[in-house]
Amino acid sequence: MSKLSMKKDGFAQAAIDELGWWRAHKFLFLRRASQLSVFILFAIGPLFSLWLLKGNLSSSELLGIVPLSDPLATLQVILTGHMPEFTLILGALIIAIFYALVGGRVFCSWVCPVNMVTDSASWLRRKLNLPRTSEMPRSLRYYLLAVVLLLPILTGLTVWEWVNPVPVLYRAALFSAGSGLWLLVAIFLLDLFISERAWCGHLCPTGALFALLGKLSPVKVSAVNAKACDNCMDCFVVCPERQVLKPALKGKQAMITNSDCTQCGRCIDVCAQRVFQYKNRIALKAENTQ
Amino acid sequence: MSKVESSKSTVTGVNRRQFLAQSAKAGCAMGLLGMGITSVAKQSSQLDPLAIRPPGALSESDFLSACVRCGLCVEACPYDTLKLARWFDGAATGTPYFTARTIPCEMCEDIPCVKACPSGSLDHDLTDIDESKMGIAVLIDEKNCLNFKGLRCDVCYRVCPLIDDAITLEMQHNQRSDHHAMFLPKVNSDSCTGCGKCEHVCVLEQAAIKVLPAHIALGKTASHDTYINTEETTLEMLNRGLPL
Repeated sequence: MSKLSMKKDGFAQAAIDELGWWRAHKFLFLRRASQLSVFILFAIGPLFSLWLLKGNLSSSELLGIVPLSDPLATLQVILTGHMPEFTLILGALIIAIFYALVGGRVFCSWVCPVNMVTDSASWLRRKLNLPRTSEMPRSLRYYLLAVVLLLPILTGLTVWEWVNPVPVLYRAALFSAGSGLWLLVAIFLLDLFISERAWCGHLCPTGALFALLGKLSPVKVSAVNAKACDNCMDCFVVCPERQVLKPALKGKQAMITNSDCTQCGRCIDVCAQRVFQYKNRIALKAENTQ
Repeated sequence: MSKVESSKSTVTGVNRRQFLAQSAKAGCAMGLLGMGITSVAKQSSQLDPLAIRPPGALSESDFLSACVRCGLCVEACPYDTLKLARWFDGAATGTPYFTARTIPCEMCEDIPCVKACPSGSLDHDLTDIDESKMGIAVLIDEKNCLNFKGLRCDVCYRVCPLIDDAITLEMQHNQRSDHHAMFLPKVNSDSCTGCGKCEHVCVLEQAAIKVLPAHIALGKTASHDTYINTEETTLEMLNRGLPL
């Protein structure tokens, strides 16, 4: 018990003391606000007939004009051999270009609803002090992405959409299709008891595709103040992709260019030393060349 | 310096042996997973017999290739007819369907559900709702149908949007009373759109007329059967096999 409470006081306490509770949770709150407001924009349609966003994350219509579609779902449809209406392709292009500009896995941490499930599993794991046991290889998600894109060619069905947990939560909430929620319960339990960050960090093919899309994006988290790091390890504890931190903190280049980074900004929050910041790669380059 | 380099090689951790072993393991795992979800998908790709697809839906297998399960058709429907299939519902999860007995298709002239579909799994070439083929109504239970008992129920006939075309009443002598007529509803499968209004209004506790997907409701002549085109076949026979 004493060990538990010590741990509880220990995590990010320095940042909370230094910056105050709100600032030490700033990006966490902004992120939750962003995830919830996307959801609310969808939900006020069926609830109040205020149609700002229609559909769900698989494909939607913004203000009744702009089509937006999930690039992975669209790719699957095309690979089954069905040529979709141009609307779907245009929607997928808009989304792909948007995330190529703002950072690929920004989707994962700022929009995707499954992130809230896996983050709470990770939070509970930290609170309960559960040991890290098995670790899956992070490359699994790219293998899974390959499988997801291969199966439509072989079967003519968009097979992944049967089990894709990303739209399941939205469908459950918006179209009262709650019986798919067992998938999210399964992911929660997997993340909590079997393997840490198993879904978002190791398996999700949607995240893998967005990581590839965001390879060239200019927005990155950077360890601008790496010299001030006192090795408290709080950022490592909270980071969903902790392998991206070490090169930035200890390597030559402070910018986290690894596309696994979801740019959730939790490392910025929990660091009392203010080591991390969001940086614009292009602006930074221009500054350096001047 | 050498320390940095050796640590770098352990961080990335890729020597050929490990890479091959990892690829083989991941490949096997993904292969099994792929087979698993494919079998789930195949299993549930059989549509529930009473769940009917929205107007303009492609044939079931093409529909399943195309539909992204976004629910735009559901939200476009002004009558709340369409639902997205849930897990364990029978129909493929997340795809739209309707249950005619609960809420039938109201046959909107502008077909908003088709217009809303971004993927084309509802065919945008369908512009006349009377041409749609959501399913085929079948008078499935003659025993309990009131008209077959000699009553003038006719509700399914009168509610049909294509009255006297998709459903007609066939007059027949009533053998039981011997001096009344029976008016028997008959579905013309060429013009029935499968909107399900007849099933919806059937006054029985369980509808005697039901809308079924065309592949269940319709028979199909074998392609080698020559009586399909009787007139031509007869002429050919009269001509003793010589070309006409």
